[in-house]
Amino acid sequence: MSDRKLTMSEALREAMSIALDERPEVFILGEDIGIYGGAFGVTGDLYHRYGKERIRDTPISELGIVGTAVGAALSGMRPIVEIQFSDFTAQAMDQIVNQAAKIHFMVGGGLHVPLVLRTASGSGTGAAAQHSQSLEGWFANVPGLKVVIPSSPYEAKGLLLSAIDDPNPVIFLEHKLLYKVAGTEDVPEGAYRIPLGVSRVVREGKDLTVVATGIMVTRVLAAAAELDKEGINITLIDPRTISPLDMEPVYASLAKTGRLMVVQEAPEHGGFINEVIARVVTGPSLGHLIAPVTRLAGMNVPIPYAPQLEKAAVPQVEDIIKQAREVVVNWR
Amino acid sequence: MTTPALLLGHPLASQENARYALLTMSRIRKFEEAVEDLFGRGMMHGTMHLSIGQEASPVGVCMALNLEDQITSTHRGHGHCIAKGADPVRMVAELLGKENGYCGGRGGSMHIADVETGNLGANGIVGGGIPIAVGAALSSQLMKKGTVVISFFGDGAMNEGAFHEAANLASIWKLPVVFICENNGYGMSSSTELAFNLEKLSDRGLGYGIPGITLDGNDVSAVYEATEAAVKRAKSGEGPTLLEFVTYRWKGHSRSDKNLYRTKEEIDEWKTKDPILHFEHVVVERGLLTEADIAEQHRLATEQVIAAVNEAMKGKPADPAGLLDAVFKKVSA
Repeated sequence: MSDRKLTMSEALREAMSIALDERPEVFILGEDIGIYGGAFGVTGDLYHRYGKERIRDTPISELGIVGTAVGAALSGMRPIVEIQFSDFTAQAMDQIVNQAAKIHFMVGGGLHVPLVLRTASGSGTGAAAQHSQSLEGWFANVPGLKVVIPSSPYEAKGLLLSAIDDPNPVIFLEHKLLYKVAGTEDVPEGAYRIPLGVSRVVREGKDLTVVATGIMVTRVLAAAAELDKEGINITLIDPRTISPLDMEPVYASLAKTGRLMVVQEAPEHGGFINEVIARVVTGPSLGHLIAPVTRLAGMNVPIPYAPQLEKAAVPQVEDIIKQAREVVVNWR
Repeated sequence: MTTPALLLGHPLASQENARYALLTMSRIRKFEEAVEDLFGRGMMHGTMHLSIGQEASPVGVCMALNLEDQITSTHRGHGHCIAKGADPVRMVAELLGKENGYCGGRGGSMHIADVETGNLGANGIVGGGIPIAVGAALSSQLMKKGTVVISFFGDGAMNEGAFHEAANLASIWKLPVVFICENNGYGMSSSTELAFNLEKLSDRGLGYGIPGITLDGNDVSAVYEATEAAVKRAKSGEGPTLLEFVTYRWKGHSRSDKNLYRTKEEIDEWKTKDPILHFEHVVVERGLLTEADIAEQHRLATEQVIAAVNEAMKGKPADPAGLLDAVFKKVSA
C-alpha cells in the first residue's frame, strides 16, 4: 500500500464519493458546493463526477436547505448538507433543533431523519466573530443530535462514513484549520468506518489525562511532545463524538494518571468540557483524582479579528504546555 | 372501529363521494368537539388548537390525493390527519397520553404523524413543515415516485422566513409540492389586516414565480377543484402552486384564548358560512343526497367519534421507562 497522506478535505471528499457510489439515496446540497467546489474546497470535483442532481447547489437559504434535507431524509433519501460556516447554522436552527433532532422521538418512532450536516468550525483564519465559532456545545445540549468532531484526515473519513450510515441526524464539525493539513497517518483508499460514540486513546502517558477534540488534539499532541522532554507524559483522549460521549477510556486512564485536564476552543462558559469534568467528579473516577481538575478553554468573548487578539482568545500550544506542566508539577 | 377508506374524486361526482365528503367533514367537527369536551372536563392536559369551521380544506384537498401522496400539517392539524385517513382511536389515545397513541404519548396534539397514510406530521413550529414538504417533494422528484406533497400552513406562517426560502427552492427546482395557506383570518390574535399589506396572500407566489390563487376555503368543491389542478400541474413537472383558502376558525387560537381581538358578531357572521351547512345545501339542491342521507352521515360521524374516545380511554398510560431509548433510531447492524 503506497503512501496516502491526505488532507482532511481530500479524506472527506473520498468518504462522500464512496457513499455516493454505495447508496443511490445519498446526495449533497449546500451553497457553492457545485462548480465552485465548496467554500473550503471539500466537495471539489464531485459535481463533475456525480452531476448537478446529486451535488446540488442551493441559493443562500440555510433554513430552507436544512429543512429540505429534513423532508428528503424523512422520505427515503440520505442527504449530506454542507453549511459553509458553522456560524450560519444559527440561520437554520429551527430545522436542526426543533425538527431534525426531535421528529423521531416526538412522533413515536415512525419517522427518522438520516441526515448529515457538515460545517466548518473554529477560529484561526482571521474571519472574525461571525465566521469562527465553535458551537458544538449548543448541539450537544439537544437530545436527538449526534455531534462529531474529527481530528485528522484518517478519522474524518471513517467517521463521516459512519455518520452517513447513521439513521439519525449527525452534526459533523470540521475545523477549518485542518482542511488543508496533510495527516500523519495513511488514509486507506477504500471504505472503512469508525463507529460513532467510541473515544480514541491518541497516546498514553503516566502523568496526566487530557481530553480534547478537533484542532485541540493537534495542539495537545504538539504540547505533549515538548512535555515529554521534561519527563512529563500525557495521555490524550479524543472522544471523537461529544454526543453520545464515551467516557470509559477517560475513567480507565484516570485510574492510572490521577490527573485530568480538559481542553476546548469554544468559550469556557457552558462548554462541553464541563460535561467531561462533571462526569468525572460525579462518577467512578473521583476517588482516583490526586490533583484538582483543570480546564483550558476559549475566553468568554466573541472571536476577535486581529491575529494577536484571535490567538489570545483560544488555547494555543504554549498555553497547554504551561497549564499541563503546572498541574503535574504542583501535584506530584 | 374502522376508518373509512380514502376516496378520491370530486365531492359532487357521485352520491358516494358526497356522502364521503360530508361524513369526513362531520367526523372532523365531532372529533374537535369531543376534544374540547375532554379538555373542559379536565381529562386532557396540554393545549389544543381546534379547526372547527375549517373542515372543507382538509377534506377537499385530501379527496384530490392518492394514499402515497404526502402531507405536512400544522399545530391545527386534527382535520388534516383525519382527512388523510388517520385512525381516530390512535389520535385520541395520543391526546390522552396513552401508550397506543400515534406518538406513544410523547408528542401530543401538535406532533401526530402517520407514515402509512402519507402524513409526515403536524408541527408545533409555525412554518416548520413547509421546508420539510419541499424536501419530501425533492425526494419524490429524485426517486421518480410520481407523488405530490401538500404543505398545509396558516396565514401566520406566510410571514416566516421558512415559507419564503422553501417556496423559492420549490420553484427553482420545479418540485411536486402544493402550498396550501388556510387563511383563517388570524395568527393567534393578529389579523391578516395587521400582519399583511396584501389583499390576497396568494400574491406572494408571484415573487417566487409560483402561480397563486385565492378562493373560498369553505366550499369543499372549490377546494377540491383547485387542489386537483395544482396536483396535476405538480405531478407533470411544472412545479408548485400556492393556494389560499379563505376560511375562519370559530374557536379560539388555543384554550387560553379569550377572543379579545374579535367580536361575537364577526364570529356569528362566519358561522353563517359554515362549510358543512354550505355543502348540505348544495347536495340537496342537486338532488345528490336527501335530508335523511345527511342526518345519517352526522349520526355515523358521532358514533365513530364516540367509539374512538371510548376505545382510546382503555389504552395504557404511556410509560416513562422507554423515554431514553426513544431518542435515537437504533443503528441497524
